Amino acid sequence: MPRIAYAFPDEVLEHVFSFIHSDQDRNAISLVCKSWYEIERWCRRSIFVGNCYAVSPVMVVKRFPKLRSISLKGKPHFADFNLVPEDWGGYACPWIEAMASAYPWLEEIRLKRMVLTDESLELISKSFKNFQVLVLSSCEGFSTDGLAAIAANCRNLRELDLRESEVEDLSGHWLSQFPDSFTSLVSLNISCLGSEVSTCALERLLAGCPNLQSLRLNRAVPLEKLVNLLGRSPNLVELGTGAYTSEMQPDVFSDLSRAFVGCKQLKSLSGFWDAMPYYLPAVYPISSRLTSLNLSYATTESPYLVKLVSECRNLQRLWVMDYIEDSGLEALAVSCKDLRELRVFPSDPFGLEPNVALTERGLVSVSEGCPELQSVLYFCRQMSNAALVTIARNRPNMTRFRLCIIEPRKPDYLTLQPLDAGFGAIVEHCKNLRRLSLSGLLTDRVFEYIGSYGKKLEMLSVAFAGDSDLGLHYVLSGCDNLRKLEVRDCPFGDKALLANAAKLETMRSLWMSSCNVSFGACKLLGQKMPRLNVEVIIDERGPPDSMPESCLVEKLYIYRTVAGPRMDMPGFVWRYTGP
Amino acid sequence: MENKVAFENDLNLKDTELRLGLPGREEEEQKALVSCKNNKRPLSEASEDCGTKGSKESAPPAKAKIVGWPPIRSYRKNSLQESDASGIYVKVSMDGAPYLRKIDLKVYNGYSELLKALENMFKLTIGQYNEREGYKGSEFAPTYEDKDGDWMLVGDVPWDMFMTSCKRLRIMKGSEARGLGCGV
Repeated sequence: MPRIAYAFPDEVLEHVFSFIHSDQDRNAISLVCKSWYEIERWCRRSIFVGNCYAVSPVMVVKRFPKLRSISLKGKPHFADFNLVPEDWGGYACPWIEAMASAYPWLEEIRLKRMVLTDESLELISKSFKNFQVLVLSSCEGFSTDGLAAIAANCRNLRELDLRESEVEDLSGHWLSQFPDSFTSLVSLNISCLGSEVSTCALERLLAGCPNLQSLRLNRAVPLEKLVNLLGRSPNLVELGTGAYTSEMQPDVFSDLSRAFVGCKQLKSLSGFWDAMPYYLPAVYPISSRLTSLNLSYATTESPYLVKLVSECRNLQRLWVMDYIEDSGLEALAVSCKDLRELRVFPSDPFGLEPNVALTERGLVSVSEGCPELQSVLYFCRQMSNAALVTIARNRPNMTRFRLCIIEPRKPDYLTLQPLDAGFGAIVEHCKNLRRLSLSGLLTDRVFEYIGSYGKKLEMLSVAFAGDSDLGLHYVLSGCDNLRKLEVRDCPFGDKALLANAAKLETMRSLWMSSCNVSFGACKLLGQKMPRLNVEVIIDERGPPDSMPESCLVEKLYIYRTVAGPRMDMPGFVWRYTGP
Repeated sequence: MENKVAFENDLNLKDTELRLGLPGREEEEQKALVSCKNNKRPLSEASEDCGTKGSKESAPPAKAKIVGWPPIRSYRKNSLQESDASGIYVKVSMDGAPYLRKIDLKVYNGYSELLKALENMFKLTIGQYNEREGYKGSEFAPTYEDKDGDWMLVGDVPWDMFMTSCKRLRIMKGSEARGLGCGV
C-alpha cells in the first residue's frame, strides 16, 4: 500500500511551507499529521503570541527552534485606561532571556503592553547579531539607557519604534550612540519621548541613513529644526512633526512648505502638537499626496483645519480632534472619497457640556459620503438610534466600530430610548464587523442582537450597559468568533459566566470589572477549568479567601493557557490553587 | 429616566454654569450600591462630594471621577492639559447660541485673524473694525469683558493689551450691537 504521506521528501514539503506565512495557515498545516507538524515547526520563522501568559517561553523555544521574529502582547487592553494596577505583570524579561540563548539569529521583536527593563534591552542588543526590528508599543519599565545600548550595538537595525511607550527619559544623548558607520535605519519613532533629543545627533543619523522612510519626532523638536531634518531625509514616506508651533515668521513658513514639497514620497503626516493655525497651510502644497493624517494632537481650533482636511482628496486615514465639528466632517465626506478610517477624539473629555459642535451628524455625513469607510472611533456627546441605523445601512462594509458617548448610560437624545435598536442595526447590517465598542443607554436587548448577528465579531468592549446576566449569556453563546471580551460596570454575574465556561477556552481573554461576579463563581470556574487562569485582582478588602463566597469581586481577568498558573503574580492577584 | 429628561431640557448654559448636584448621578450611585455587595464606594463619599459643591469651580469635576472613563489614553489627556496651560483661553458667548465656546487667544496673530475665526465659528459676518464707527453695518458686534469688569468693543486697544486684559468675549446681536460705536 503506497504511503502517500512519505511521497515527498521533507525538503520539498519544507519548501512548499515556506510560501505559507499566515499564522492560521501554519497552525492548520501543523495539525495535518505528525510529520507535517515536525517539518513545519522547524521552518516556522515568525510567531505571534496574543497573550504572553497563554504559553511559556520554554514551550515556544522547544517547539520552534528557528524563529526569526516574535510578537508578544502582555497586559489586558483596559490597562490603557488605568484599570489594571501597577506591577500586574506582562514582563518581557523571561522571554528575552529564553530567546537570547535559543535564537542567536533572531531579527525582530515586537512587544505590546509589556514591561521591559534596560537589562533586557542590553541583552537584546548583545545577543542577536542580525537584529533588525524593535517595536515597543505601549510598553514601560525602561529608560533611554536601554535605548543607548540598542543604538550602540545593533549594527543592522532597520526599525526602532517606541510608539506610545512610557520611557524614563534620562537624556537625549542616547541617539549619539549610533555609530558613524550606521546606515541601515528605515524607520524611527521617538514620538513618545518627553525630553529633548540632540538635534545634532538626529541630523547626523539622518545624513547617514539614506533609506529612512519613516520618521516620527517627539514634541520637543522645534519647528525650525524640522526644516533641516526634512532636508536630510528626502525619501520620507511618513513624517511625525514635533511641536508645530513657533513665532510667526514668513521665512520659516515658506522653508517648511518647501521642505514638505521636497519630500516627494511623503504620504503620511502626524505629530502637530500645539498646532498653530498660522503654520497649517504650509501643508497645503502636498495635501493631495497625503493618504494618512493624524491631527489628534492639534489642540487648537482653526478654519484652516477644515480647509486642510478637505484638500486631502486622497486621504485614507484621518485622526482628528472634535474641533473639526460636524461641518468639517461634512466637508470631509464631500472631498475624501477614499477615506477608510476615521478617529475623532474629544477636546474636553471631562467637561459636562459640549464645547464644540460635534454630534452624531458628523459621523452620519461621513458614513454617507465615504464608501470605503471601514473603521471608526468616535467620541461624541449625543447619539440617536436613527443615526446609527442610517450609518449601518450606509456602511455594511464596516469592520471596526467604536463609539464612545461620553456620558455613561445616555439614551437616544431624540426619543430618550435605549440605543439597542441602533447598535442592533450595526451588527445586523455590518456582517463583517470584527470589533465593536458600545456606549450609551443599553439594555439586555442589544446583547441579544449582538449574539444573533455578530457572527464575525472578534472583540467587544462594553461599559455601563445591560440589565442582567442575560446580556453576557447572549454574547458568550452567540458570538462564534469572539476572542476578546472586556466589560466594566455591567450587571453581569455568575450564572452566565458559569453556563458558558467552555466558551472561555475558545477565547483569548475575558476582562470583567465592577460587575456582579462572586468569589464563589471564580473559585468554581478555577476548579472546573484547569486550562483557564481565573485571576482575581484583589482590592483593599483583602484576598478573596478571607471573604464569604457570595462576595463580589471587583476585577477579574480570565484567559486560556497551556502554561498553568503564572509564576509572577503580584500579591494583589489571586488565583484558585486547590481545594 | 425623569432625571435624564430634566437634564436634556436644562440647556440654558449661559445662565447656569453652576451645577450643584448632577442629574442622574444619584441614580448611578444607587445602581453602584446594588451591584457591589461589599460597597467600596460608601455613601459618605458621595455626600461629601455633594456637600462641598458650593463653589463654581468644584462642581464640574465631580462627574469626571469615574476611573478610566471616558476611555482615553493618559498621554492624550496630558497633551490636552499641557496645551491648556500655555494658552490664554477665554469663553465666547453669542447672543442666542445654545452653548458657549472657548478659544485660545494666543494662536491668533491679531484682530483680523480673531474676527475671522469668530465669523467661522458662529457662521456670521462681523466685518471691518472702524475706529470711529466700530462694526457699523454689521448685525454683530464683538465685545469683551476686561479686567475691570467693563464691557468693551473688540479692536479699540492694541492687540497685546487686549490679549492680556480680555477675560471673556461676547458677540452682541441686533440693535444692542448697532448701538455700539455710534459715538458712545
